[in-house]
Amino acid sequence: MAQAGFPAIVKDAGLAALVALGVGAPLLGLQTVPGERGLDLVTRPGLLLATVCAVFVGRLLLGLFLANRRSAARSAARRAADAPPRIGLTPMQRVGKMVAPAFLALAVLMPVLPGIGRYEIDLGTLVLTYVMLGWGLNIVVGLAGLLDLGYVAFYAVGAYGYALLAKFFDLSFWAALPLTGLLAAAWGIILGFPVLRLRGDYLAIVTLAFGEIIRVVLLNWTSLTGGPNGMSGIPRPTFFGLPFSMSGGEGTFAGFFGLEPSPIHRVMFLYYIILALALITNFVTIRLRRHPVGRAWEALREDEIASRALGLSVVAVKLTAFATGAMFGGFAGAFFATRQGFISPESFTFIESALILAIVVLGGMGSQLGVAIAATLMIGGFEVFRGLDEYRMLVFGLAMVAIMVWRPRGLISSREPSVSLGARRNVGAEHVAEGKG
Amino acid sequence: MDYALQQLVNGLTLGMIYGLIALGYTMVYGIIGMINFAHGDVFMIGAFISLISFILLGMGGITAVPIALVLVLAIAMCFTALYGFAVERVAYRPLRGSFRLAPLISAIGMSIFLQNFVQVAQGARVKPLEPVVTGGIVLMEGGTFTVTISAMQIIIILTTLVVLTIFTLIVARTPLGRAMRACEQDQRMAKLLGIDVDRTISLTFVIGAALAAVAGMMYLLYYGVIDFFIGFVAGVKAFTAAVLGGIGSLPGAVLGGLLIGLIETFWSAYFSVQYKDVAAFSILALTLLFMPSGLLGRHDVEKV
Repeated sequence: MAQAGFPAIVKDAGLAALVALGVGAPLLGLQTVPGERGLDLVTRPGLLLATVCAVFVGRLLLGLFLANRRSAARSAARRAADAPPRIGLTPMQRVGKMVAPAFLALAVLMPVLPGIGRYEIDLGTLVLTYVMLGWGLNIVVGLAGLLDLGYVAFYAVGAYGYALLAKFFDLSFWAALPLTGLLAAAWGIILGFPVLRLRGDYLAIVTLAFGEIIRVVLLNWTSLTGGPNGMSGIPRPTFFGLPFSMSGGEGTFAGFFGLEPSPIHRVMFLYYIILALALITNFVTIRLRRHPVGRAWEALREDEIASRALGLSVVAVKLTAFATGAMFGGFAGAFFATRQGFISPESFTFIESALILAIVVLGGMGSQLGVAIAATLMIGGFEVFRGLDEYRMLVFGLAMVAIMVWRPRGLISSREPSVSLGARRNVGAEHVAEGKG
Repeated sequence: MDYALQQLVNGLTLGMIYGLIALGYTMVYGIIGMINFAHGDVFMIGAFISLISFILLGMGGITAVPIALVLVLAIAMCFTALYGFAVERVAYRPLRGSFRLAPLISAIGMSIFLQNFVQVAQGARVKPLEPVVTGGIVLMEGGTFTVTISAMQIIIILTTLVVLTIFTLIVARTPLGRAMRACEQDQRMAKLLGIDVDRTISLTFVIGAALAAVAGMMYLLYYGVIDFFIGFVAGVKAFTAAVLGGIGSLPGAVLGGLLIGLIETFWSAYFSVQYKDVAAFSILALTLLFMPSGLLGRHDVEKV
């Protein structure tokens, strides 16, 4: 690393701009367009120039900022060395204790607040779906430390499981819901059993491969799943047997309670279903953490070899984490199917897995509150930039890199360990690396 | 028999392409122990740069096929190598020494970024290229089926062999190759002996990207169409090839690539085309389960 004098920073920015020029010249400076015969090229010097300038300025500012921070950090470190070690909660953690109940109250009251329409409730439902998926994956990634890149497979199993159960056995949503969870958990065990002996990054790639296999099978098994056309006409959930219908008759939700029939009832009902499901996921996770199984998960994340030496059955412990995570993915999938009324393999691509993983990582692997905040930010952000469809994925990818570079431990970067011996120390995300290499 | 021979030719051609990409995975894994998830997308960028260079040369009036091929190869390798350099610098170098999965997650982000970058910059449509080389040699004239090897396939196989020879010489004979092998064995010791580890890692990415560019150009020539999404599946298959051959082993990567190419071609020819990706992915899972160190890889023990 060069000494952080101003000329060095300018030189560094100049080099970055030069690289940007080389990188941008073929793909940004030239664009292929369909011509009379074959493809033609158009030049875009303006765009290229703007990009190069942006890289130069960005790198320059970054260099200045880092140089500043480095000198600030040096003096801060000197001060910290003299200060006594801090005991108990930091002010941030004290605020953190208030945030969760506030969030919960907001989530419960959201649909009945004034000024909240159908669009907002729908968005809230979407956010909560991802919160639930994030919490489900958090069990696997955050607690047990297994990187799963194919989580969407269990989401798909849940969704297709419910659609098929409804189609062939005429089961209602409530009857099918536990079954989809079991089905997804069973798939978690089937897929997990062979692969869980693998090391961290191999496991990631194999789970990715399994996710893709399930998608390809869904896409090609046309007689069962409808192939690329998907499955439609999936039945909607009922309120204790009362369907939501616009007729307002005796046997419907609106008729039974003497309400004016309105489509908003079902939207609100769906919102509360997913809120309840998400809270169950959260509750189970928090309880399991204190359970011997949960302790075993965290022990495994901290040090696999030590856990094995202490007599933990590594495969069994990993399988329970995998199956529990998969089960919640399955629940969320069933909910997704009943909410949409239509599912197709398009909804279960690798990018979904990456999105859920990004939520968990941004949230600070292992932190329940962080995951909820990250899901809200991410899905809310996607919604705000809905018009810029291509660009938002561009920014998403870049954001994933940036988070890893600047804040690899996520938003809520540390938390109190669930169990500890002697002095309590915070658990950082660096433990999410089985065996630590 | 004739049919099988034809599949053998096709499978070898495809396997060469996978082998070239797999080398990039295996080199990076060998030296810094991370799966460079964005490598498949670097391959895709190599294909795009080749396409653009072909069109540029066509507009510039250079149509003599051998000259055009060599020029395009050189341009694609240079520019794609720059991508490899930039990716390492931006997404991986700041994370050295971070927890183990951080670079993998960063690489996934990079992969998503590169894909969407090309989609935004070049459009989402499939890009066609008119066949540059036509013709071929009839190997066997059977009763019902004629086995041919096209000129394109010959070019692909020959180019790959030449590139692989040069690459092997670089790794085996040059100071750079020696530095790379030293870093692979023990980075701290290499540093103590005066090797610039950062520079060596950077050059590893550059060489890997240049090889991926060759693969990208061959892919473009062979299939004639590319789009921004080709990197994902090709990347996973090439990674499978690297694992099958034994990750970290350079001859293993090429061997694995050839095997994957053959398996995929024969699977498509005799079973079903729809499930050909399932075949490759299943091989990945099976290899990791039963032969985690691959065909030619070293078996390493995790130490406390």
